[in-house]
Amino acid sequence: MSENAIYAESLTKRFGSFTAVDHISFSVAKGEIFGFLGANGAGKTTAMRMLCGLSRPTSGRAVVAGVDISRRPEDVKRHIGYMSQKFSLYDDLTVSENITLFAGIYGMKEKDIARKSRDMLTRLGLYGERDTLVASLPLGWKQKLAFSSAVFHEPAVVFLDEPTGGVDPVTRRQFWRMIYEAAERGITVFVTTHYMDEAEYCHRVSIMVDGHISAMGTPSGLKAEYGAGSMDEVFYILARGARRSE
Amino acid sequence: MMRQFAAFIKKEFLHVLRDARTMLILLGMPVVQIILFGFAISTEIRNIDLAVVIPSADGITRKLTEKMDASEYFTVRCVLQDSKDIERYFRDGTVSMAIAFSPDFADKVFSPEGSAIQLITDGSNTNTARTAAGYASAIILDGLTEDMPVSTGGIRPNIRMLFNPQMRSSYTFVPGVMGLIIILICAMMTSISIVREKETGTMDLMLVSPMRPSVIILSKMVPYMVLSTVNYLTILLLSVTLLDVPLSGNFWSLSLLSLIYIIVSLALGLLISTKARTQLAAMLGSGMLLMIPVVFLSGLMFPVESMPGFFRAVSAIVPARWYIEGVKKLMIEGLPIWLVTKEFIILSAMAVLLLAVSIRNFKLRLK
Repeated sequence: MSENAIYAESLTKRFGSFTAVDHISFSVAKGEIFGFLGANGAGKTTAMRMLCGLSRPTSGRAVVAGVDISRRPEDVKRHIGYMSQKFSLYDDLTVSENITLFAGIYGMKEKDIARKSRDMLTRLGLYGERDTLVASLPLGWKQKLAFSSAVFHEPAVVFLDEPTGGVDPVTRRQFWRMIYEAAERGITVFVTTHYMDEAEYCHRVSIMVDGHISAMGTPSGLKAEYGAGSMDEVFYILARGARRSE
Repeated sequence: MMRQFAAFIKKEFLHVLRDARTMLILLGMPVVQIILFGFAISTEIRNIDLAVVIPSADGITRKLTEKMDASEYFTVRCVLQDSKDIERYFRDGTVSMAIAFSPDFADKVFSPEGSAIQLITDGSNTNTARTAAGYASAIILDGLTEDMPVSTGGIRPNIRMLFNPQMRSSYTFVPGVMGLIIILICAMMTSISIVREKETGTMDLMLVSPMRPSVIILSKMVPYMVLSTVNYLTILLLSVTLLDVPLSGNFWSLSLLSLIYIIVSLALGLLISTKARTQLAAMLGSGMLLMIPVVFLSGLMFPVESMPGFFRAVSAIVPARWYIEGVKKLMIEGLPIWLVTKEFIILSAMAVLLLAVSIRNFKLRLK
């Protein structure tokens, strides 16, 4: 099991009588880009929060980066990065203040932070903007910066919660190039998304419906299995049976 | 761990410093309050409009009327022959107090039959009425006894106001303003800043990091702790220099008491933040739960001793009450620290209890 970055077995989360995540099992290999798809309310975010150590599973087991999330939830946090569309950076801090903060939280040394953030900002073409408040950056730049901050400390696994929401297609493509680069460096990428064209970029995807994983496989495998021309069609076939929706 | 803590505290300071408008309000508020309370709002009573009813003028009534008018408390607006028009003067607001002498006052004053003086006050403002009546009685008594050649056996109490010989109201409100400002800044600002991160979602970002929740919380408190210490010193400096309120006791004892109170307030803010979902709710929550008890139940406006039993019991759990009492003892009365032990113990117990409950609540919410 050691080659798996994420391993989940019958992972379940109940809130009262409502079962948000219902016995899901899957595994993600090291360096893999795993797409975690599902409609709103299907349980994606709850499942992801459990894997990040933000929420305790009601039952079941999961191991992330070699750490059991029920037994040592605090240790998981040292090995992961996290980013979501909703936030991920502080608007009232400058670009370099944000990077320094996140690197500092993960215990990086100041000297390393300075050198590495200069490299990173130069690569992103944001070095000239290092003293600009994040609030005044365009959304696409914020997303790229947020992703770079999330993998700045070289985590074993990075969790991306709908990272490309509201971003134009060109920026999205650039964003995915960054995801590929991270995966090539050996970082496992766990990504949720609404955009089915993005699902095609993933090595493997799972589709959640009503708290269950209804389908899992490579994008081409799933398209063949459901006789669909695109992931969009696959998703539609699976999701129209959903009882929960928003 | 220290490096993470430092990085996080720096971030919290940046948040506070970047928000220039809020900073200005936070640092300016104590100055404005001290000036307002010190110069504009005063519980001392001056220039009360007075009507005097003298059915038959004589030396004593004239002298007493002059004495009244000469005092800084009263201004004689009209002198009337009889009391039937008095109510009209009260109604149209010409006067708010009247003194009525009985007929043939001077002739009868030393006779067995005696003379009488009636004080009529405007009871719609009880505090003012009571104080004004007190002032008037004192002036009348003073004027009458002056005329007596020898002591008539009546005992005149010699009143001495300990700790505040000039009866300055600033002595009462300075401790109150301290209690109010500290709780306002610590509790309200801490709860708002935590709830803001919940609202924007950045709190999740902190929680997926290896930082321990208690460290996140503690570093959130640090900037507001510093701010309120600055405010505490500002209030103290302004009170001593501008309002001439003395710092009779030990500065370090007073500062220690204030530090404990600051911790209590921070813990209260944290407790509110674990319950509130939006910044608005946090603000209203701190306003309702903290401001109102501080203003009404802490002894800032109304003395705790004269409250009905129920409210007196409630006031015992208002931290500001114990803090304000402690400040009065240490600052105004200049008592040594061991005479303030009760206040120290109660506030410390509150600090420990509130911190424990709120950190536990904060962790529970995560699950």
